[in-house]
Amino acid sequence: MNDKLEIAGRAFASRLIVGTGKFASGEAMRAALDASGTEMVTVALRRVDLDASGGPDILEFIDRDRYLLLPNTSGAIDAAEAVRLARLARAMGLPDWVKLEVTPDPRYLLPDPIETLKAAEQLVADGFTVLPYCSADPVLCKRLEEAGCATVMPLGSWIGSNQGLRTRDAIRIIVEQAAIPVVVDAGLGAPSHAAAAMEMGVDAVLVNTAIAVARDPAEMARAFRDAVDAGRRAFAAGLAPERRDAEASSPLTGFLDRLDP
Amino acid sequence: MSFGDLLASTPVRELGSFAMGATDLDVSRALAKPAGSRDLYDFASLISPAAAARLEELARASHALTLRRFGRTVHMYAPMYLSNECLTTCTYCGFAKGLPIARKTLSIEQAAREGEFLHARGYRHVLLLTGEHQKLTGVDFLCEHVAALCALFPQISLEVQVWNEDEYRRLATAGADGVVIYQETYDPDSYARFHLGGKKRDYEFRLEGPERAARAGIRRLGIGALLGLHEPWREDAVALAAHALHLLKVAWRQELAVSVPRIRPSASGYSPAHPVTDAELAQLICALRLVLPDAGLVMSTREAAGFRDGLVPLGVTHTSAGSHTDPGGYTEPGEAEGQFEVDDTRAPEEVANALRALGYEPVWKDWDAAMRAEPALS
Repeated sequence: MNDKLEIAGRAFASRLIVGTGKFASGEAMRAALDASGTEMVTVALRRVDLDASGGPDILEFIDRDRYLLLPNTSGAIDAAEAVRLARLARAMGLPDWVKLEVTPDPRYLLPDPIETLKAAEQLVADGFTVLPYCSADPVLCKRLEEAGCATVMPLGSWIGSNQGLRTRDAIRIIVEQAAIPVVVDAGLGAPSHAAAAMEMGVDAVLVNTAIAVARDPAEMARAFRDAVDAGRRAFAAGLAPERRDAEASSPLTGFLDRLDP
Repeated sequence: MSFGDLLASTPVRELGSFAMGATDLDVSRALAKPAGSRDLYDFASLISPAAAARLEELARASHALTLRRFGRTVHMYAPMYLSNECLTTCTYCGFAKGLPIARKTLSIEQAAREGEFLHARGYRHVLLLTGEHQKLTGVDFLCEHVAALCALFPQISLEVQVWNEDEYRRLATAGADGVVIYQETYDPDSYARFHLGGKKRDYEFRLEGPERAARAGIRRLGIGALLGLHEPWREDAVALAAHALHLLKVAWRQELAVSVPRIRPSASGYSPAHPVTDAELAQLICALRLVLPDAGLVMSTREAAGFRDGLVPLGVTHTSAGSHTDPGGYTEPGEAEGQFEVDDTRAPEEVANALRALGYEPVWKDWDAAMRAEPALS
């Protein structure tokens, strides 16, 4: 079965995207990326040495021949800032794929739907491949799709909260309606959360905190890889429907079968 | 409602007494609450003598919260003193007006040399400090120095005298993105006793500085209380927590960092009668984290190396290293008096290595100049 994830015409064998924040060291991050099997890695532009000023640079630890680098606009509080960051990154030779993050509130880091849509429209017009982090709002997701985004990335729960799929019911509608890949982006705190999202038919998941702050990040990355694979296989295999009651027989109509012909 | 009005109606003294009499059950109740829903009574319980007996428990909860929110990273910044000229008389400060010290104000060229020194050591976030001199280090002076340092530092914070909203807007436009204002003490009577002359005597104007800065578009706010002025210190700690909780509501777009510096020896000769102990400060750090899960917690070189390293897992997220508190101290040391004696004299790379040994990554660059320019959506 060819079950590759396709985003903007590019195929990925792995459905796990990994974030690069919060790791104890560049080496720990590199080992976790390796173990995760990921092919797409997101990195905050605010931490990249965009001026090439010779300072420490997180990119030194990311093998760009192996992973597609997905720069993100973390820290931007409005569309203008996000657009400026993305343009600057492209001018510095980074890929023109961008994970759009517009989060005016630095505590819960919730995405601003209005500014996110504005920035997405501008970045698409600029020729970027745009993967927007957004609220789990089905209508917003359709609007982002219409704006030309390559995916939508609704949150499972607040970023870094490890609370799992609190937005499950909305994600179900988003998956049902989307004509582009749906990536659950935030709040997945355990491999079981990732598996549950994949079982629902989500196309991919993005995980950062749960891997980065684990006691053994590489081993946790491996666990997420397995969970994403298992969840995807289960979805593809066709899950048996969930029922409230046991279904041993037909207690009310079974007598019909027992009647003489 | 401004914080001045809110603080006037906050029972700070009562909360201080509550802390002194808090029971083990009060501590358990505060610890059992989910992060983000703890109130000032919970905070008072967490800084209580009763909670001191459960410090390891507090530290574990604080560590877990910090790890979840900030990961295994510590943000690095460097202070750069631009001037020690001062027209204010703060009785505890080595820059106070009238003290017979060597004074100095950096020209743009001198500041640029200091900047290049810090840049070469990896710093991309600089905190510019001055005394309070309306003429020598006014808004024009600051705007010029900020603009000159923008090319070296994507992140520039100011710890200088307090300004009105329009003045903060000018500073933000020049490229400053952070403002640090320590109230020193939140107790109005103590404040008047320690601040004898100069513009800084205006307690209310200082108290509401962070809100004005936020309205003017400053992105990062720092607040703090100087431990060793007002006694009992727990009252200032409660007021500081109240200030932080207020700013989270009214300045919801701003990143907030909180600091609890202890007084250090200086040319002022001041020393507190009952200094806050190491264990009390560690407990306070934990309590601040448990009430403010998302706030940055700052620890400067005024504290000793071993103590600083030990506090990192408990909740500290921002630290400096290799600091000088005298203007020009990085490239022209010994020419001017410093504000206070630093304790941790390790070089930046030594501190960075100590952080790595603790399992933390020192983060030097965590902002980009692209966020500073004027909006340019076209």
